[in-house]
Amino acid sequence: MAEPLLAAKGLTRHFQIGGIFSRRNLHAVDEADLTINAREIVALAGESGSGKSTIARLLAMVYQPTAGEILFEGRPLSKMRSRKEVLNYRSQAPMVFQDPFSSLNPVYRVSHGILRSIKLHRPELNHAQRLAEAERVLTQVGLTPAAEVMGRYPYELSGGQRQRVGFAQALACKPKIILADEPVSMLDVSIRIGLLNLMAELREKEGVSFLYITHDLASARYVADRLVVMYAGHIVEQGPVEDVLARPKHPYTELLLATVPDPRAPLSDMAGADRGEPPKVVDPKPGCRFRERCPVAVAECATVTPRLRVLGGGHTAACHVAVADTMFIQPAQPSKDRTA
Amino acid sequence: MPSAPVLDIPYSPTTGPLLAVRDLTVEYATPRGSVGAVDNVSFDVAAGEFLGIVGESGCGKSTLLFAIAQLLSPPAGITAGSVTFKGRNLVGMTDKQLGAVRWREMSVVMQSAMNAFNPVKTIGSQFRDVLRAHDTKDDIAKRSQEVMRLVGIDPVHLGSYPHQLSGGMRQRAMIAMALLFTPDLVIMDEPTSALDVVAQRSLMVQTKELQRELGFAIIFVTHDMSLVSHFSDRLIVMYGGQMAEAGATRKVFDTPAHPYSKGLLEAFPSIRGPRVPLLGIPGSPPDLASPPPGCRFAPRCPSVMPSCTQIEPPLYNVDEVLVRCLLHAEEGALHG
Ligand SMILES: Nc1ncnc2c1ncn2[C@@H]1O[C@H](COP(=O)(O)OP(=O)(O)OP(=O)(O)O)[C@@H](O)[C@H]1O
Ligand SMILES: Nc1ncnc2c1ncn2[C@@H]1O[C@H](COP(=O)(O)OP(=O)(O)OP(=O)(O)O)[C@@H](O)[C@H]1O
Ligand SMILES: [Mg+2]
Ligand SMILES: [Mg+2]
Repeated sequence: MAEPLLAAKGLTRHFQIGGIFSRRNLHAVDEADLTINAREIVALAGESGSGKSTIARLLAMVYQPTAGEILFEGRPLSKMRSRKEVLNYRSQAPMVFQDPFSSLNPVYRVSHGILRSIKLHRPELNHAQRLAEAERVLTQVGLTPAAEVMGRYPYELSGGQRQRVGFAQALACKPKIILADEPVSMLDVSIRIGLLNLMAELREKEGVSFLYITHDLASARYVADRLVVMYAGHIVEQGPVEDVLARPKHPYTELLLATVPDPRAPLSDMAGADRGEPPKVVDPKPGCRFRERCPVAVAECATVTPRLRVLGGGHTAACHVAVADTMFIQPAQPSKDRTA
Repeated sequence: MPSAPVLDIPYSPTTGPLLAVRDLTVEYATPRGSVGAVDNVSFDVAAGEFLGIVGESGCGKSTLLFAIAQLLSPPAGITAGSVTFKGRNLVGMTDKQLGAVRWREMSVVMQSAMNAFNPVKTIGSQFRDVLRAHDTKDDIAKRSQEVMRLVGIDPVHLGSYPHQLSGGMRQRAMIAMALLFTPDLVIMDEPTSALDVVAQRSLMVQTKELQRELGFAIIFVTHDMSLVSHFSDRLIVMYGGQMAEAGATRKVFDTPAHPYSKGLLEAFPSIRGPRVPLLGIPGSPPDLASPPPGCRFAPRCPSVMPSCTQIEPPLYNVDEVLVRCLLHAEEGALHG
């Protein structure tokens, strides 16, 4: 099999929070393994605060990992030391940030960031070509008339318009992969579909891969090949998107899918409000972090952190209780210690 | 309706709607000319009501909310209309007068948490500032922890700075701040766009419960059609700075009258059933600096008629739903 475009092994990131006398360790991401192949769209969904943006920021070299390694085309990111190498990497794997209100510099016009990306990452283009290219990417994300939008400042744009400026900046790099952190969360359904279709088209025609972070599982199903689900810093399930949606293995994924609302049907009272306490990711103890909300938890869940197990073709889940598809015989897994 | 702001009159629901927005018009002055982001919008909100507002990205939703809460700053300006809240016109009030209204009587959850929070202060100290400014007898720490639990955030994060929270946690912290007091009106601009569906459902159900208990009204802007479908009593569909359709949510969902509303309700994918390619609504939004003549949706409308590009459609009242579309000229009564 071809080498993955981007691969993370044992990716871990902790943050220190609290004052000097009450210093505590927040486990944003613990031991995450993730691969994204060339021409692949991987959707990353999960609980708010579970570490999705942290993973994207680690992959984009915005944060340094506490532990673990990231390989891009087989090369460890930790080996990229010079500014030039890092810049080059960022142009091949740009990130679209979740909050477009803080990620766009308010003192520069829209044209600035886009033209700068083009100049930096595609030095072969001349001035006129750069302008044409900038207009092209803005038009692609539906910001028209592009020539006029380029002259605006971020504060002259609505939330969804700013969000698309971030996406256009990433496109301007002609990247191999875009790390897109909730790139359509502020868009109405119609413009959202346009952007999802654009992602599919870029993958089809130019072979661009995507890490697509989203809370909109229907849109993940619409564009993605694989779905990865996180809960409280752990990847709890991953597999082919149709498979995970049709046969979720982890109780959190089940809860998530059961809660997806259908706008056409009246609200069912069942899965009403799940009032679980927020999971403890500050100085967590070993064990499954979902256990307190879990309807099927067993004693083991309180002491042993479940590892991802293969439960179907390319489908894995981190749950002591989940059972494999009946047709599927689980191969022996090399055991690896995983604490906390 | 009193025109001069009188602050201390006790408000009673029998004297009129909680909020009455009339002919509200907002323009941004730009070098290209003025951008009419909100054009002649009128509606009421009753005490305890949940009003949803949907519409295309850039159609003027946030601008409308800012205008209601008097949070606009140049180059934006209210060029016409009034916002009557509990019997007082907010337009033209001084900052001091507005200060007495904010948080206590009307709170706002902005689209961007980053704009709403001070980046160099912890969440807890920002809650303290709000509570203290209004001289509350409540135990500040206790109330702060209560609202954090309410929105599902570990109260340890009262000690965190905004950048230390995830996107969805920041959003929820903002909702928590808006609920520190029990205001009469809570205005929310896409408050749950960064939340997973489980957290979102639980937050919405709890907000609805609080609303039933305390009787506050909510104006809720969102792109999430299932949210408005399940939680709002009434719905406004905006297009190009104007109200395109307004009515009881169920009615608008079951029988959308405006072709734009129809398009909006057909555009989303599903997690079940066959995977079908979708196209969305073709065409691009109108340029608000020079909107097209006639109906603003005409250039994209699948049911366009020759008259649509000549006559600017008024709002027609069709069976208690207001709709700005010439297709309804025959059956509908002219509104207002
Ligand atoms: N710079 C930071 N300093 C301290 N803690 C942080 C920092 N960045 C993130 N965290 C913490 O890490 C955890 C994961 O945050 P992250 O932003 O990755 O979540 P997320 O999955 O993207 O959530 P959302 O869906 O709400 O955006 C949270 O508990 C958050 O408080
Ligand atoms: N300072 C400004 N100067 C000029 N135009 C502006 C300014 N601020 C906003 N606009 C324009 O006004 C229109 C309405 O913006 P608004 O933020 O109200 O949209 P919105 O409906 O909230 O969109 P979204 O769903 O994307 O947040 C947009 O087309 C925007 O480009
Ligand atoms: Mg995030
Ligand atoms: Mg907005």
